[in-house]
Parts: sequence; structure tokens; C-alpha cells
Amino acid sequence: MSRTFFEIAQRNLRRNLLRSMLAIIGIVIGVLAISSLGILGNSLTLSVKDQLSTVGDSLIVTPHISMGAAFGGGLAEEKISERQVQDLRRIAGTDPVIPIYSTADRIEVGTTKGPVSIYAIDPDDIGYMVEVDQGVLLRGTSGVLAGPTIADQFDLRIGSQVRFSDGSTQRVVGILKERGLGFDIQPDLALIVSPKWYEDRNSDRGYDQVTIKVSDIERIDAIEEAIDQRFNRRETVLDSYSSKMILESLDTVFSQISTFTTAIGGISLIVAGISILNVMLMSVTERIREIGILRSIGTLRREIRQMFLYEALILGAIGSSIGGLLSLGAGYLVSLLVLQSTDYLFHPSNLGSIALGMGFGLVTALLSGLYPAWKAANLNPIEALRHE
Amino acid sequence: METVTADGADSPALIRFEEVSKVYPLPAGNVVALDTVSLAIRRGEFIAIMGPSGSGKTTLLNLIGCLDVPTSGRLVIGGRDVGELSDDELTYLRRDTIGFIFQQFNLIPLLSVLENVEYPRVLKCGSRGACGRKPEEVLRAAGLAEERLHRSLPSELSGGQQQRVAIARALVNDPDLLLCDEPTGNLDQKTGQGIMELLVAMNREGKTVIMVTHDPGIASYARRQLRIVDGQISEDSG
Repeated sequence: MSRTFFEIAQRNLRRNLLRSMLAIIGIVIGVLAISSLGILGNSLTLSVKDQLSTVGDSLIVTPHISMGAAFGGGLAEEKISERQVQDLRRIAGTDPVIPIYSTADRIEVGTTKGPVSIYAIDPDDIGYMVEVDQGVLLRGTSGVLAGPTIADQFDLRIGSQVRFSDGSTQRVVGILKERGLGFDIQPDLALIVSPKWYEDRNSDRGYDQVTIKVSDIERIDAIEEAIDQRFNRRETVLDSYSSKMILESLDTVFSQISTFTTAIGGISLIVAGISILNVMLMSVTERIREIGILRSIGTLRREIRQMFLYEALILGAIGSSIGGLLSLGAGYLVSLLVLQSTDYLFHPSNLGSIALGMGFGLVTALLSGLYPAWKAANLNPIEALRHE
Repeated sequence: METVTADGADSPALIRFEEVSKVYPLPAGNVVALDTVSLAIRRGEFIAIMGPSGSGKTTLLNLIGCLDVPTSGRLVIGGRDVGELSDDELTYLRRDTIGFIFQQFNLIPLLSVLENVEYPRVLKCGSRGACGRKPEEVLRAAGLAEERLHRSLPSELSGGQQQRVAIARALVNDPDLLLCDEPTGNLDQKTGQGIMELLVAMNREGKTVIMVTHDPGIASYARRQLRIVDGQISEDSG
């Protein structure tokens, strides 16, 4: 029986083909907007997370910079002393504790000049922080490692000579693998030298940062707590933050962005819903007499309702399917344009975005069909029959 | 449930009006379309309802067709008080026991001839149902044997052919009652005669036929004539 109503619904949509297609296009655009904006948000989150995950489970300890010091120009004074590093090692136990000097300098390579960041990291610890792409890691006090971006910028190769602003020179012994954005250090954009070489040239002893590589993720909170107990009981001396914490807060930010973009898509679906509502109300008005005939020869109210809901469902199903397919294409384009990568397109969360968009499209169509269907079903058969 | 009481010589009343009034409330004041009408119609009758336009004859037909319910009084059809039925129950009554034939034919433009005839049967029995009569068979009985026509849309048929389809549709669930509202009003005289002969034949097969018309020639096919003036029955030949 419902097959007959489905058939009538389907034929009516074909009878008004142009109008039906316009309603379908509305749904397509809505689904497309929700899905592709969802894919963009997801892919953004995924790619940032991927880049950040190389940080691993690090606890980063920095000198506390009080507001007064920050604004009073005392920024450079805050350092972590060798004694504090010893205490941190005791707290960390067997986990590696890596003290890092961080500075900047203008360098000269051949005729190219420019500023770079410089980290000084103990050769024994460098392996925890970076990997070499070409050449070797530092040994002893000589040589520098160059991050891939810097190597590109200054056209550095193994053996290239780097001249620092004080006139001293070092040879490049290794080019680093690209590591991406990090919380602790940005090796892609920096040179890495040995601490001895750095100490020979700088009188102010004191580290800028200490990274603790925590092997057991469960211990991060305990170590942070111990650092607070040891250093910050009377006043805050050291700040510590974990990559986990930062990832979590980034995750929140990105999921808020995703929600926001999906909501924008939702608005276009509401517009699509209104167009379906409009199309179906027109359909009801034009078919008043037909509805009267159907009712007079024994069609129940709920059967009339069913017939009109089928129309909405067909519009929604076709629109959502087309929209879902197109959003794969749109997601591909958007990922390519914004992220320069389509690696995340088929990630489950993106497929979920498409399913969500399609689901919303279908539900919107059905909701928009409810009122016209109700209106059609409640027509008085006699008045409907008399309608010209 | 009301028991069917004997009314008249040999057959029980199929339809009984007991002081039935129908009032339509309009902004300009109430319009009394039917004024305390009492009437009994027996199974197997062929009745023509006549009267000037606005006299209430279509209201009478709508009430018999369960498209409307009385404002006051009792209308009993097949033993059931129509005023006490729900919308769904009225719809089932129309579907299963009443066949409608309209002046405008009122076929469903989206459905083919065969599908139009099949439709009430599908409502009653489901798409694979085996109840009622075969659509092809009723179409043949209504004078449309050509199978080529069965696949056509109603708009491709002549008026007379469309009315035959409408009659076939009215017959497919094998109803007790055929209600005809000016069945020949949109047809030329010769085609109209053909339709009337078909209705007479249906009546001979045992259907109760009630027909609204203002054409005395058409009314003469009926064995009983009712005249309505101002919502009241002014003449009843039966």
C-alpha cells in the first residue's frame, strides 16, 4: 500500500521537475556546506595534532617570568641554574633531563646573511630531541647541526662554513630531519651547537629551558607536582607545562572551530529546509482538489500525510546523497587549498562529517515536510473537492 | 449497533435519515442546507435527487457519502450511526461500501487508467491483495475493454471514457452504494445515455444508485425521484 503512495509522491515530484530540482539543490548546498566545513575543521585538527605529537610526552620547565620582570625589561635575567637542573634530575629519576640554552645571532654563509635561532644542547641529549637527515649528530665541542628550513634558506650542506657575528666559524656536520612545530624548541628553524661552545662565548651561565622526557605518561602530573613542591613553595620560580596539557587545550579550541563552521553549514540547511517547505506548501495548494478526490474515495488522513512525507523524504534523500558525494570533492579541494595536503580526507572523522551532513539534510527535509503533510491531511474533503 | 429495521415492503432500509439537519456557519449567518429531513432508502433502489441549485441536494449526497456528518438528527447507513463515527471509520465506510461518480470524473491525473481503478482496491487490500474485483474486469464491465487504454493517463481519454474509468473505480471494491453527482453533466447527450445505461445495468445487478441531477431526462432513468427545495423534500415519487 505504501508503495502506491511512494509512487504517487515520486510521480508528483517528476511532474514538477524544475521545482523539485531547485529544492534538491538547496539540500545539496546545505549538506555540502556542513560536510566540507566539517572536513576542513577535522583535517585542520588532525594535521596540527600530527605535527605536535612529535613532541611526545615532554615536560617543559622554564624560569617563571613575573609580570613585573616581563614589563620591566628584566626578561633576559631569568634563567635556570645548574643547581636547579641537578634538583630536577633528582625529581625526574631515570627520565632524561635536558637543559637547553637558547639564543639568537646573525650568521653569514658565503654571501648570505641573516638571523637564526640557536640552541645549545648537550651532545648526549641531542638524540632525544632531533634526528639527522644527512651527516651526523654533534660530537665534542665543534660543528653545528642545521634545521631543514635554515639549511634551505642559507643553502647549507654538510661541510658548509657558518660565520657567527663574533667572527668565529663552525662547519655544518649534520642537517636535521623536519620535525614540525613543537612546544619545546623549533629545531627546523634553528642551528644547534654544543653547550661548551656556547658557554665559552657567553658569561651569563643559566639555562633558558629544561625539557624532561617523561617515559611514563602517568607520571607527568606527579613530576609537575614534585617540581612545584621543590621550587615554588614560597614564590613561583619555575613554570612547567606538559605537551599533553597543551594538546588538550588545542583540541578544545579546534573542536570549537569545528562546531562553529558546522553551525554555518547548518544555517544553509535551514534555508534549504525553508525552500522545501515552500515547494511542498505550493504542492499542497495546487493539489487540494486531488487530495479531496483521494480522501473521498477512501484514503485515510495518515495515508495522505504519508504520501507528502514521502515527497519530502525523496527530496531529502536525493539531495543528501548528491551533497554527500560532492562534499568528498569539496573536502578534497578545501584540504588541498588550506592544508596543502589531502592525507586526512578519508579519516573516519571526516567520513563522520559527511554522514552528519547527510543526516542533517534528510532530517531537515523531513521536518520541512511535516507541516505541509499535516496541512494536506487535514483538508476538509468536501471543500477540497469543490476547489477549482 | 443499530439493527437494520424493515422499512417498506420487501427490503430493509440501507440509509435512514431521522430529522437530519445540516447547518453551515458562515460569517453572514448560518445557512441551513438541510432542514429536518427524514428519509429511508432501501437496498437496490435507483433514486434521482432533483432540485434547483442551492436547494441542498449535494449536501444530501455528501451526507450519504460520509463526506460530512449531520449537525443534528440521526443518519444511519448500513446500521451504523454516521454521527458517531471517527474520521478514520467514515473513511473506511467510504472506501469499502460507497462508490463515487462525479460530474468532473475526478480521476487522479498522476495514475494511469488501470492504476486509477486499482487505487481503492489497493487501499482496501494492499498492493498484492486479492479482495475486491479485478481492475481489468471492472473496466471491461464499464465498457473499456481495450488494454491500450488501460495504460493511458486519464488526460489522454475522452470525457465519456474518463467517466467509464470513474465508474470502474467506483465498482472495484464491490460497494453496496453508488453515489453519482451529475454523472452526465460534462458529457454530450449520446455519451450521457451510454453512461446512464451502464448505471441502470449496475442497479439491475443489485447496486443501490443515488444520483443528483437537474436534468429531468436523466432523472427519468431512476425509479424514484426526490425533489428538494430549500433544504426540505418537497416531492418523493417513492
